[in-house]
Amino acid sequence: MAVVNTTSAPGVWGAVWQGVTRSTSGFLGLCLVLGVLAFSFVGPLLIDTRNPTDVTAIWGPITSEHWLGTNHEGKDTFVQLVLGGREPIWVGVVAALITVATAVVLGGVAGYVRGRVDHLLLQLTDITMTIPFIVLMLVIASFYRTASPLVVSFIIGLVTWPYLMRSIRAQVLTLKEREFVEAARLQDLGTARILFVEVLPNMAGYIFVNFIIAVTNAIYAVVGMYLLGLLPSTADNWGLMIQQAWNNNAFLLPQAAPFLIAPMVMIMLFQIGLVTMTRSLEQALNPRLRDR
Amino acid sequence: MSHVTDPTAAPTAEGPLLSVRGVDVGYRTGRRKQVTAVRDVSFDLYPGQSMALVGESGCGKTTLGLGLLRLLPRTGVVSAGEVLFRRKDGRLVDVRTLAREDLRRFRWNEAAMVFQGAMNAFNPVLRVRDHFLDTFRAHEGGRRSRARILERSAELLRMVRLDPARVLDGFPHELSGGMRQRTLIALALALEPQLLILDEPTTALDILTQRSIVERLAELREELRFAMVFITHDLGLAAELADRVGTMYAGRMIETGTTRDIFHRARHPYTSALINSVPPVTGDLRVPESLPGGPPSVGALPPGCSFAPRCARAVDRCESTRPTLDVLRSRPEGMSHAAACLRSHELFSEGVTRD
Amino acid sequence: MIDRTVPASPRPGHAHAPGTGAGDAVLSLRGVHQVFSTPRGDVPAVAGVDLDVRPGKVLCLVGESGCGKTTSARMAAGLADPVHGSVFFRGRDVAAMDRREKGRFRRSVQYIHQDPYASLNPVRTVYSTVSAGLRRHGLVKDRREARRAAAELLERVDLTPAEEHLDKYPHQMSGGQRQRVAVARALAMNPEVIIADESTSMLDVSIRVSLLNTLGRLRDELGVGFLFITHDLAVAKYFAWEGEIAVMYLGRVVEHGPTSRVINDPRHPYTEALIDAVCEPDPDLARNRERIRLRGADIPDLTDLPPGCDFHPRCPLYEQGDCDTVRPPLVPGHDRLLACHVVNRG
Repeated sequence: MAVVNTTSAPGVWGAVWQGVTRSTSGFLGLCLVLGVLAFSFVGPLLIDTRNPTDVTAIWGPITSEHWLGTNHEGKDTFVQLVLGGREPIWVGVVAALITVATAVVLGGVAGYVRGRVDHLLLQLTDITMTIPFIVLMLVIASFYRTASPLVVSFIIGLVTWPYLMRSIRAQVLTLKEREFVEAARLQDLGTARILFVEVLPNMAGYIFVNFIIAVTNAIYAVVGMYLLGLLPSTADNWGLMIQQAWNNNAFLLPQAAPFLIAPMVMIMLFQIGLVTMTRSLEQALNPRLRDR
Repeated sequence: MSHVTDPTAAPTAEGPLLSVRGVDVGYRTGRRKQVTAVRDVSFDLYPGQSMALVGESGCGKTTLGLGLLRLLPRTGVVSAGEVLFRRKDGRLVDVRTLAREDLRRFRWNEAAMVFQGAMNAFNPVLRVRDHFLDTFRAHEGGRRSRARILERSAELLRMVRLDPARVLDGFPHELSGGMRQRTLIALALALEPQLLILDEPTTALDILTQRSIVERLAELREELRFAMVFITHDLGLAAELADRVGTMYAGRMIETGTTRDIFHRARHPYTSALINSVPPVTGDLRVPESLPGGPPSVGALPPGCSFAPRCARAVDRCESTRPTLDVLRSRPEGMSHAAACLRSHELFSEGVTRD
Repeated sequence: MIDRTVPASPRPGHAHAPGTGAGDAVLSLRGVHQVFSTPRGDVPAVAGVDLDVRPGKVLCLVGESGCGKTTSARMAAGLADPVHGSVFFRGRDVAAMDRREKGRFRRSVQYIHQDPYASLNPVRTVYSTVSAGLRRHGLVKDRREARRAAAELLERVDLTPAEEHLDKYPHQMSGGQRQRVAVARALAMNPEVIIADESTSMLDVSIRVSLLNTLGRLRDELGVGFLFITHDLAVAKYFAWEGEIAVMYLGRVVEHGPTSRVINDPRHPYTEALIDAVCEPDPDLARNRERIRLRGADIPDLTDLPPGCDFHPRCPLYEQGDCDTVRPPLVPGHDRLLACHVVNRG
């Protein structure tokens, strides 16, 4: 469904680039995001990723060998930090894709078709919105001890779509009254085509901005779940690092500070980057803010 | 300089009410970019005259009208020239240099504007009565009592043929388009300005409503003797309401003269093309001329005459030489006929007139 | 209704050209009514209108805003269903059509909106807009053919050179050019009727005429029938000179006849007032004309219509008696259809 918000709307990428680069803060945001992405996805290719347990160097200090010291198992913190970004970012992106795709399809259909379908879908959003997320995760985590990142992102996606769906539906409601939609109806172009090719591309900017917001939300959700220990520990992961630091009372040990703070800083940098980037994107892509 | 007026003759007490000298109006489009939407416009408007500014959309009519009262949006500025206005007390001021407070008093007391799209000019949550109260208080500084203001408001509304009892207590959205427009005119006339600038005063109104407003405006002008500048793309309206007409194209005044000069003896091919493109209602079917293309963007004007690319009568030199606004027939009080066309003399002798 | 063919109705054609029955009309409205519900009560926007659009001919609907011309046009285009009465396309009641027939009707009756800024999708190129219908309905095989067809359509509406315009977006074009794209899009469906709803009123005068000329060529060369809606009588006169004009007032047709007759010799006092009110681009004519004085300036509220003739509170010919008690029927008189007690009596 990402197809809808990207390829079918020519000019959107140009607008995105313009939106990001036209203000300094937006550009800094973009740099932050790209920096964190490079750190997490290019970084692992550049360093020695073997990171054995070393009982002789538990909570080691910052040295030229261990740039951020070592953790409670004597593993190098920096290496963990480099390796730990991929999973939360992946989960965030996949979850956001699911959220946006569901919201766009259901919101578009509900707004355009109206009637019984609309009514049913709205009821579905009401029900979904009342599901307590954390409790659901607890239940799921207790059933499946080996939840893969993909399953996690699915769950996040399936719980968070209703908010976006409602605003998409509202926008489709106004867009479908526009004359060009009526013109398309007179051409007998078919409901699906009108909805996905005529109506939704007009919201591409809005959808894109909401996709980024959904990414930030999903990353917080997944980090939070690791922190609460709701997810099994598998690979290196920023959320897991914070949880381990917590479990091992790192906050009491001054020399353990890098292990606790570094992943938090990474997450914050990424999120701040995304949010500032989105701000200036919104101004460029939201017709109400953009129009002179 | 291509001034119609003799620049050496300084306006005296009996001189023009409004004297526009070489005015440029520009808009900022980027951090260091600016386009000039109106270029080197000069004209004199004498008390009681009614002048129409005509032309296609995007030729600078509205920008000029707003510029005269410094009502331009934030990005716009009168970047050159003088807008001399003779105030009620006889003093001559340059509107461009008026200080903020002075400017506020100048507007409405001396010159008022009636905007296009009557609804936007009202505050939707205020009753019509409050609009009148606000206007009087803001521009008179509380000289009148509330009762006196309301009395005067009722009088003004009756002047534009509205029932004050019904209109004053209503909200703007409760009025029909024509009633709103008439209320705006009443508001504009509240402080007896010497000059009224109307931007497309009857566009978007129905034809019978338009008729009643046109007639009312003509009568009010007789009664109150104010001068009028109105901006319109409706040439019929110009023919009916104006004593004189200025045609604008690509930011310049390209022809000016009395209404009869313009409609019967147009000497600029653009003016005559505009007039000939309007199909008349009376009489047999006359096939109107079509004028293909559109005005050039003010950011990219052709080197010679801006109209040359669309002009059926353009010759080579039109593309290289920019014509000046030359007086063809001199008359007092700004009623001279002037046209900015290199061929206006030959075309006139060829008989490109319409009677 | 069992009979699904067009019932004959009194038309202006009967008065001067016998033999042209309703059969030659492509699109007919018969006694259509439309009512809108508002908080202030039901508004009868259209109250019983009969109209016929013939191939290659123009029927012009004129009147002030709120008189029901757009509502009638929308019913004719199938964009709204009448509350009473029927729309007939080639003699078939649209309400009784099956899916396939209805699709054909949809495509054969095209509607051109007033605002060329709103009627084109801002994110689609001209090529995409114009060829969407062709591609959807399998009228072109591949992209090359679609581009060629789109280019031909643009040339038909005088948007040349077509190749240059195909890949433009609406915001890169002027109002007149956009409106031409909208016409080209309508033409792609090979329509029999084009309904033009104030399609030239947002354009500059200079551009208006050339667009009207383009439309006129479609009418003459392709035999497209036009239902042309405008408030501008000069435009109506120019475009519908060989056709008919129907003047609407408060949801009803008050005068309907050949354009030259209605414009040059208006009989209904409302039509007369409309024509009289036009500002002519001629200062001498404008100043020396004797104007008709209406008795009232404001249009009555549709939710609270006066008894008798709708126009009587404003009518200069008002006579006590029938005018304020009986609604005048639209009947033949003075070689046209006319709804006025006073004129029809005289």
